[in-house]
Amino acid sequence: MDYILQVHNLYKYYPGVKAVDDVSFAIPYGICFGLLGPNGAGKTTTIEVIEGIQKPDRGTILYKGKPRDQHFKQEVGIQLQHTELQQYLTVKEILLTFRNLYARRAPLDELVSLCYLEEIQDRDNRKISGGQKQRLLLAIALANDPELLFLDEPTTGLDPQARRHVWDIVQSIKKKGKTVILTTHYMEEAQTLCDVVAIMDRGKIIAMDSPVNLLNEHCRGVTIALPSSIDENILHQMNCEWHKVNNTIEIYTEKPHDCLSLLIDNNVDITGMVVRSQNLEDLFLKLTGTQLRA
Amino acid sequence: MLYRIWTIFIARTKEFYRDRTAFGWNVIFPLLIIIGFSVVFRSESSPLLKVGIVASDGSGKDNTKNTQFEEFMKLKYIDFIVFQSKDKAIDSLQKFKVDMVLDTQHNTYFINDSSPNGYIAEKLLKGAGSNHTFFSRYSFKGQGIRYVEWLFPGILGMNAMFNSLYGVGYVLVMYRKNGILKRFSVAPVRPFEFLTAQILSRMFVMLATTIIVYIGTFLLYGFQCKGSLLTLLLVFALGGFCMISLGLLIASRSDSQEFADGLINIITWPMMFLSEVWFSLEGARPWVQKISQLLPLTPIVESARMVMNEGASLFDIRYHVLYLVAISGIFLLAGSVLFRWDRK
Repeated sequence: MDYILQVHNLYKYYPGVKAVDDVSFAIPYGICFGLLGPNGAGKTTTIEVIEGIQKPDRGTILYKGKPRDQHFKQEVGIQLQHTELQQYLTVKEILLTFRNLYARRAPLDELVSLCYLEEIQDRDNRKISGGQKQRLLLAIALANDPELLFLDEPTTGLDPQARRHVWDIVQSIKKKGKTVILTTHYMEEAQTLCDVVAIMDRGKIIAMDSPVNLLNEHCRGVTIALPSSIDENILHQMNCEWHKVNNTIEIYTEKPHDCLSLLIDNNVDITGMVVRSQNLEDLFLKLTGTQLRA
Repeated sequence: MLYRIWTIFIARTKEFYRDRTAFGWNVIFPLLIIIGFSVVFRSESSPLLKVGIVASDGSGKDNTKNTQFEEFMKLKYIDFIVFQSKDKAIDSLQKFKVDMVLDTQHNTYFINDSSPNGYIAEKLLKGAGSNHTFFSRYSFKGQGIRYVEWLFPGILGMNAMFNSLYGVGYVLVMYRKNGILKRFSVAPVRPFEFLTAQILSRMFVMLATTIIVYIGTFLLYGFQCKGSLLTLLLVFALGGFCMISLGLLIASRSDSQEFADGLINIITWPMMFLSEVWFSLEGARPWVQKISQLLPLTPIVESARMVMNEGASLFDIRYHVLYLVAISGIFLLAGSVLFRWDRK
């Protein structure tokens, strides 16, 4: 298989912290690859080392089968996690400024239309909303019509509608056959957008596959969430995995019928109980014992 | 490469001139200083000494008709201030507001022993009325320059200094802090290209404001540049380049605006006072004069004054120019080597 990006045994240390600890993966052309994990898991450091912003302590990074060279910056698009832009410039001027830095340039009208910037293109970039700014940053990342696009937590802090807009744009980019690498701590985002997800925790990749395969492999059952407190002896009788999450007890089981019978037989108050199929958030909790959004 | 430099140049220049407060301040600030100082020093014969005269109390006793007093009152460059009471006059003397007090009713004068001007005033009073002289007097008729004409090159040099250090040094630190530099670093832009665009943009802005201030001051005061205007422009271009290079060095790594602000203050304040912007260091201690000669603002101000006030040519100011070129090169090289896109 042809890979657009290969990462082998990547390490990056900060004083007292292994930010990236022996990370390896390979990304085929045309997929959306997600790095999923909580804050501090090492997602941004991994992506910044690949982008060239930080130097690795060890490891190999191959772009199109070769070490990255001067063409790398020309061919990839990058959206950073936190970026301010030059003040007093309009949305269009900012977009043109960055677009003009590249040898290959995406058509301006296409960029504006793809990222829904038509109505704000003549507005001072300081006077646009958070969602509009994310779309502008996305348009800047697409200014060179990149083959490989890096998106570092593109929807963090956005409201649901603004997040949905960004997802639509990423779906459109995927349809064009571009390769996308995104980091996120939203499991819904990873499940919606990513073909392959690598779950990171404490600098390591702890699971990697398509969301469907990951869930099939690790989470075939359902999650029963109980808002009330429950006697731990009953939980032990169930003989299944459970965690306290905030003020609820979450029980993971492949035999919901047996669990529910046991709860009813023990007169447990099941008011407010939720039974749902498992997702990547449950998987993360199962693998690490901690919450994804912690 | 040129297209990338041009793109960043345009973006930075637009950012500057759309910031009305920064643009206005860069043009209005030097004009205000020149107007202010020219008002304060508007008289061609500003008094050198101030002498308080205690007014007559109406008792009829008046000794102002003596020769010594009349001759003393005729002296130029002395401001005579009348006080209604002796107490008020003495109070002003003790607070150094006047250099001497004359009480003509009682034929007394008062001086403050701590005041050097008082000493001079006393000697002048004692010498007044005596026509006897041992020396022959000669004088020169030179075309003197007004204080505003002496001050103007200094103000322009100072403006170039602030304009460059804050316009490049401070802005780059802010860019780094806000992640703007990091964003540029992942685009195919080399540090050399980015910094060149910043230098050119600031040079353009600095020279444009210098020209605006020059024209404004010329229209207000009607003075002229005795040397070549092109040479003067070259002095300010080179001076601006030197200060911008110093700004790049200051901004090469830090992401703290407070630190950059402090550093710029540490650099600019000594230059303000030791580079003869406001007053001449003639007569200052030799070590002060030596330090002054090393400061980048000194050759800018000195050579601008030589061109404007004395009509010096480029050849006449060659040592200043060479020194500016040399230290600009050092600042630029050090700033480029130390430069980091990101704060890490």
